[in-house]
Amino acid sequence: MTQPNFDSWSCPMPLRDHSAIVMGHGAGGRLSGELVEHLFVPAFAGTELAGVLQQLGDAAVLDLGGTRIAMTTDSYVVRPRFFPGGNVGDLAINGTVNDLAVSGAVPLALSVGLILEEGMPLDELGVITETMGEAARAAGVSVVTGDTKVVDAGSGDGVYINTAGVGVVRPGLLLGPQYVEPGDKILISGPIAAHGIAVLSVRDGLEFGSDIVSDTAPLNRIIREVLDAGIQVSMMRDPTRGGVAATLNEIAHASGHGIVITERAVPVADDVRAACAFLGLDPLLVANEGRVVMFVRPDDADHALQILGDDNPGAAIIGSVVADHPGVVVARTGIGGTRVVDLPLAEQLPRIC
Amino acid sequence: MKYLDEFGDADLARKLLDDIAETTTQPWALMEVCGGQTHTIIRNGIDQLLPDEVELIHGPGCPVCVTPLETIDRALAIAARPDVIFCSFGDMIRVPGSTDDLLCIKSRGGDIRIVYSPLDAVRIAQQNPEKQVVFFGVGFETTAPANAMTVKLAKQQNLANFSLLVSHVLVPPAIRAIMDSPTSRVQGFLAAGHVCTVMGLSEYEPLVEQYQVPIVATGFEPLDVLEGIRRVVTQLEAGRAELDNAYPRAVTPEGNPVAQGVVREVFETCDRSWRGIGMIPQSGWRLNADYADFDAERRFDVLDIMTTESSLCRSGEVLQGLLKPNQCAAFGKECTPRSPLGAPMVSSEGACAAYYQFRRLEVTA
Amino acid sequence: MEQVWDVEGTRMATVDFGGVRKEVCLAYVPDVQVGDYTIVHVGFALTKLDEASALETLELFKSVGLLDEELNVNVDTR
Repeated sequence: MTQPNFDSWSCPMPLRDHSAIVMGHGAGGRLSGELVEHLFVPAFAGTELAGVLQQLGDAAVLDLGGTRIAMTTDSYVVRPRFFPGGNVGDLAINGTVNDLAVSGAVPLALSVGLILEEGMPLDELGVITETMGEAARAAGVSVVTGDTKVVDAGSGDGVYINTAGVGVVRPGLLLGPQYVEPGDKILISGPIAAHGIAVLSVRDGLEFGSDIVSDTAPLNRIIREVLDAGIQVSMMRDPTRGGVAATLNEIAHASGHGIVITERAVPVADDVRAACAFLGLDPLLVANEGRVVMFVRPDDADHALQILGDDNPGAAIIGSVVADHPGVVVARTGIGGTRVVDLPLAEQLPRIC
Repeated sequence: MKYLDEFGDADLARKLLDDIAETTTQPWALMEVCGGQTHTIIRNGIDQLLPDEVELIHGPGCPVCVTPLETIDRALAIAARPDVIFCSFGDMIRVPGSTDDLLCIKSRGGDIRIVYSPLDAVRIAQQNPEKQVVFFGVGFETTAPANAMTVKLAKQQNLANFSLLVSHVLVPPAIRAIMDSPTSRVQGFLAAGHVCTVMGLSEYEPLVEQYQVPIVATGFEPLDVLEGIRRVVTQLEAGRAELDNAYPRAVTPEGNPVAQGVVREVFETCDRSWRGIGMIPQSGWRLNADYADFDAERRFDVLDIMTTESSLCRSGEVLQGLLKPNQCAAFGKECTPRSPLGAPMVSSEGACAAYYQFRRLEVTA
Repeated sequence: MEQVWDVEGTRMATVDFGGVRKEVCLAYVPDVQVGDYTIVHVGFALTKLDEASALETLELFKSVGLLDEELNVNVDTR
């Protein structure tokens, strides 16, 4: 049977299939990627630092006279705003702290922009703001500036939060898909898919009872410990929307190498796995908010695992980078079969039937 | 804390695979008529691991894939109405109609909600008395008891704003249609385990008799599927054609009589068009006269919607196992998971989507 | 199965799917009690699993490590 060549599937024409934004454009998968590559990057070209945007890293790294500053921004629109294990405020602080941390930076300062819907109850806003304060203190970062806008009732969704953050990149540290090499081992700092499931468990129409809580957490301390120990890390990313699958696919694609993971080695808590089975979701495609994927030189992998594992039960080595099938992520299934782990197209649709 | 195991006991799976390999002396073509089994097979790479002589043809077991185009178009028309809350299982959301899909309707403001159970739709109807709530009742015999009980409860409660858009399809007529086709290559069947949980095994006896093919009721876990395959191959090698049950923990010969009773109370058998295959007589269920008031097709007057199937889409041949997805000229070009022409490219259990993902690569690491 | 109650004459239950709890209709399994194993599909229990078979299956599943969405696990003590 001849195998068609799948390497050139990406559509050359921007936004061919949609004339308007659909929910999938925000889901962190292929549609999101195409929106960025075909609309935003070209629009913001032609300036001195446009090349930084084109790298599409979690944070932009800017060289300011020898000191490298990482800068990042993110918006938080999760619904419902309160879910088991946290609320939108936790995500807003931890998410931006983590984007800085995985870029090898010590997070320093955040801005907070709030778009509030007229009618949003003040006590709820109070809880969210308090939560943000606690998260910032726990992560060791400061909120140093902010902005507030109010929109008409019906134009927003209670509150939309944007956070931007800056941090100082560790001197001499070089991180990026271009530094990833065949042989590098891939580690995850803990069990996956809890956040996405926690949110789904309270979402309209799909509610189910569970004790699953979001894994939202700052990663800067654990990343610093790994780097302080001299572990040779080539790349890090936090697998948020689109899950571990999206992260691995992005890095495989950007690095020009292939990735192989062992499904059995990917940590998933029993109840999370049951919930994924119940909803028909692949845990690899479900969002996380407190996990980091690390690409580490093979000799340092065991040491890195030990450091991660000290604070994080369930940390694991899940796979490695290979020279074969560049850009493609393959998973070894339990009986030695293989399957391709593809970039999710849009939101994961709970498969029911 | 456990890790993500496809098989805790890979040894058992290996044992089953070895047994199949030892038993097989000549080529055989088997078909599973269950989307869940197709999913298990592709997800675990089972058809890669089987001996080359054992070919798995993925049958029309994905109810999403075979829902007639007219029904999708009718669903879209209903969902687009401002007074409607349209509830559906997740996998119907991106199935293409003639010009749109439910996701497009949603992006234009349609109130479309993914639910786990038809009972969720009833709850939404109770909570939104000023809206019409429609549940998209798609599925094989497995889902019919749920829809039947739901609409029965709705009638008991006089829930006037609730209705059901029904598109149930039945497995035995599909098997019959496949075997009647002059180009059929199928020599044995894995019957869908949970369809048999409901309906029992009696409908398959006449098929075994008439077509002299082994039919084995099979479950969904990887080991269940391997066992089902093993039993079919064993029969074929021995020249036998019998009905067998490889899923006895969930399947009894008589099935679930209570469920069958309620289904008979609410539904009646009808001719049904299977997308990509054509009309198979007496292969579907629709709401009978007693429940006609709850039939969304009648309530919303969408019965005259005309349909245009893509002329490029060859899903019918794929669904009958006559064409492998990657032999279709549109595969991967005009038709991709991004922009599917037919349902088998959209559904996670569809053969075309599975093939799109399914690149055989030698793993060296 | 954790609790059983009636909604206008229809038996409902809270069922635990290995950590996920959901309301399930028991109309089709009239003889099922707390402590039994069932197969559930889209919110409806379809059959009672014979205990011996179920234990055998659980053993298989423990070694397989994968719970199908339709298989319930009994949680009787909390």
